[in-house]
Amino acid sequence: MEWVNVVVQGTLLGGLYALFAAGLSLIFGVMRLVNIAHGDLIVLGAYLGLSVTTVLGLHPLLALILVVPVMAGFGYVLQRGILNQTLGKDILPPLLVTFGLSVIIQNTLLETYSADPQKMNAGALETASVSAGGLSVGLLPLLTFGTAIAVIATLQWIFYRTALGRAFRATSDNPEIAQLMGLNRRHIFGLAMALALGVTAIAGIMLGIRTSFDPSIGGGRLIFGFEAVIIGGLGNLWGTLAGGVILGVAQTIGAKIDPGWQLLAGHLAFLIILALRPNGLFPRIDG
Amino acid sequence: MNLSDYHVTRTSPAARVAALLGALILIVLIAAPWWAGRADMRLMGELFLYLALASLWNLMAGYAGLVSVGQQAYVGFGGYMLFALTIFGGLHPLGAIALAGALGALIAVPVALLIFRLRGAYFAIGTWVIAEVFRLSFAQVSALGGGSGSSLPVGIVRSLAASRSGREHLSYWLALGSAVLVIAAVYLFLRSRNGLALTAIRDNELAAGSLGIDIWRTKFIVYVVTAALTAMIGALIFLQKLRISPDAAFSVNDWTAFVIFIVVIGGIGTIEGPIIGTLIFFLLRETLADLGTIYLIVLGTVAIVIMLKAPTGLWGLIRSRFDIELFPLRFRVKPSSPSTKG
Repeated sequence: MEWVNVVVQGTLLGGLYALFAAGLSLIFGVMRLVNIAHGDLIVLGAYLGLSVTTVLGLHPLLALILVVPVMAGFGYVLQRGILNQTLGKDILPPLLVTFGLSVIIQNTLLETYSADPQKMNAGALETASVSAGGLSVGLLPLLTFGTAIAVIATLQWIFYRTALGRAFRATSDNPEIAQLMGLNRRHIFGLAMALALGVTAIAGIMLGIRTSFDPSIGGGRLIFGFEAVIIGGLGNLWGTLAGGVILGVAQTIGAKIDPGWQLLAGHLAFLIILALRPNGLFPRIDG
Repeated sequence: MNLSDYHVTRTSPAARVAALLGALILIVLIAAPWWAGRADMRLMGELFLYLALASLWNLMAGYAGLVSVGQQAYVGFGGYMLFALTIFGGLHPLGAIALAGALGALIAVPVALLIFRLRGAYFAIGTWVIAEVFRLSFAQVSALGGGSGSSLPVGIVRSLAASRSGREHLSYWLALGSAVLVIAAVYLFLRSRNGLALTAIRDNELAAGSLGIDIWRTKFIVYVVTAALTAMIGALIFLQKLRISPDAAFSVNDWTAFVIFIVVIGGIGTIEGPIIGTLIFFLLRETLADLGTIYLIVLGTVAIVIMLKAPTGLWGLIRSRFDIELFPLRFRVKPSSPSTKG
């Protein structure tokens, strides 16, 4: 029973990692851009949530109503203002520009909010739990996992059922032809980044309710998201959820054996999968 | 016009002057213990170590297309090997530095086999994962102080040189020597057959492959050699610091972010770029260091602006303006005598 509990907790933790990964996967899928600043953007989302909750006295989940549009708008401006200029055959410019962005965001947060760990107060939600069959599961992890499923289902629906999704896929497959068909590639990429940062905002707030955070943790979140994407297979959103779950379960099993092993166990699971299945478990597109 | 009127050459007057000036500067720098103060020598030692790291990162990213954000893995590994080999192996620090390089190459082989499966930007994040694995693993080794780290015992420090100034001079010369060694190695490598293959891969991977260049093997060699040299630099860095901890040893900011900024600002894909970049980086640091985090924000902004507006960096701007190369790598066609011009 103890081990069943470990696996259940790990699965739910995986929901959070899938949320970290969804934005990363989306951006890569549409414009082949790997955003090194993704983790810092998650942390930025958490801090924006903190500001909204402290200034307006809102519940963190209600803060989403404000933080998601703000982050999405920021994403659109960021893409059109800076990142669109870096796209091309050469992978170096987007990598180095987003790396510079990561350092800027991290240090701006440090300057604004100091290095002290912060946490959002979600009241009773933090400690509430449901019991079933001898297992006690926290309501918050359950909610996070449900959110991850909802977010991925929505992204999936947008991608395959809407005009915007068709534009995303067309631009991703062949930007030149898409342009000839009257799609403005720069605008489409802006919208993709807006959508991705909207998801990132949700991930940031879920992170901020679950644990304490400080400006330096962005790199770690980027790595978790990245590992979930690679384990699941590039370009497959449901695969990303599976990747997040595998990573989460590996971490909780590692932590169960020895608390110092939690992160290491996750990384090792990632490296083992990379060695055995270099394209991930459920690949859709080539890197 | 006759073909014999022209000849192909790598050297130019600028390169010959640069070589002469470089030799003079080197002699002045070797003599630093006789003209520089203690603090200046410390600063210059640090500068040389950053120059070496930047030149190595530049070789990987600028020439082999291997953009790594995880070179701190080898800096930290080298540092820890220095501590482990001297404390438990009883080696002399200099022997430990050399062995740290060999061990760095050894561990880089399986790492490369694994992360070479990731392409482009995903390779970059993969290298970061490796660095994290190294950091978390060394934090588990309680003999080396676990998460809080350990200091180099006095006896080992004394074995370098009896007097404090003797140790300072030695560590300064080691830093200078490592920078010269790395730049010379990069220069000679790029002039060699393998270097030509590497340059071809950089310019067009598909075309290079179709000419029979083994792309994977060439990149693999660059990765492993870079890892070995980076581990040796790492050992030297922590020989100067005398104290190591997982967070300091595997710091992404200290050993990768700064190095990337140096190379981008100076000019990626050139030997001169990291030299100029290191000088500018230290100039900025010494003038803006009081600003703390603002300094890092400025540095990040400068790097982004340079990447967008002048992707070849400062040296790229200079080179396109004056068409000079201080380290002659390119071949030029020159008229044999002035009378045959035109």
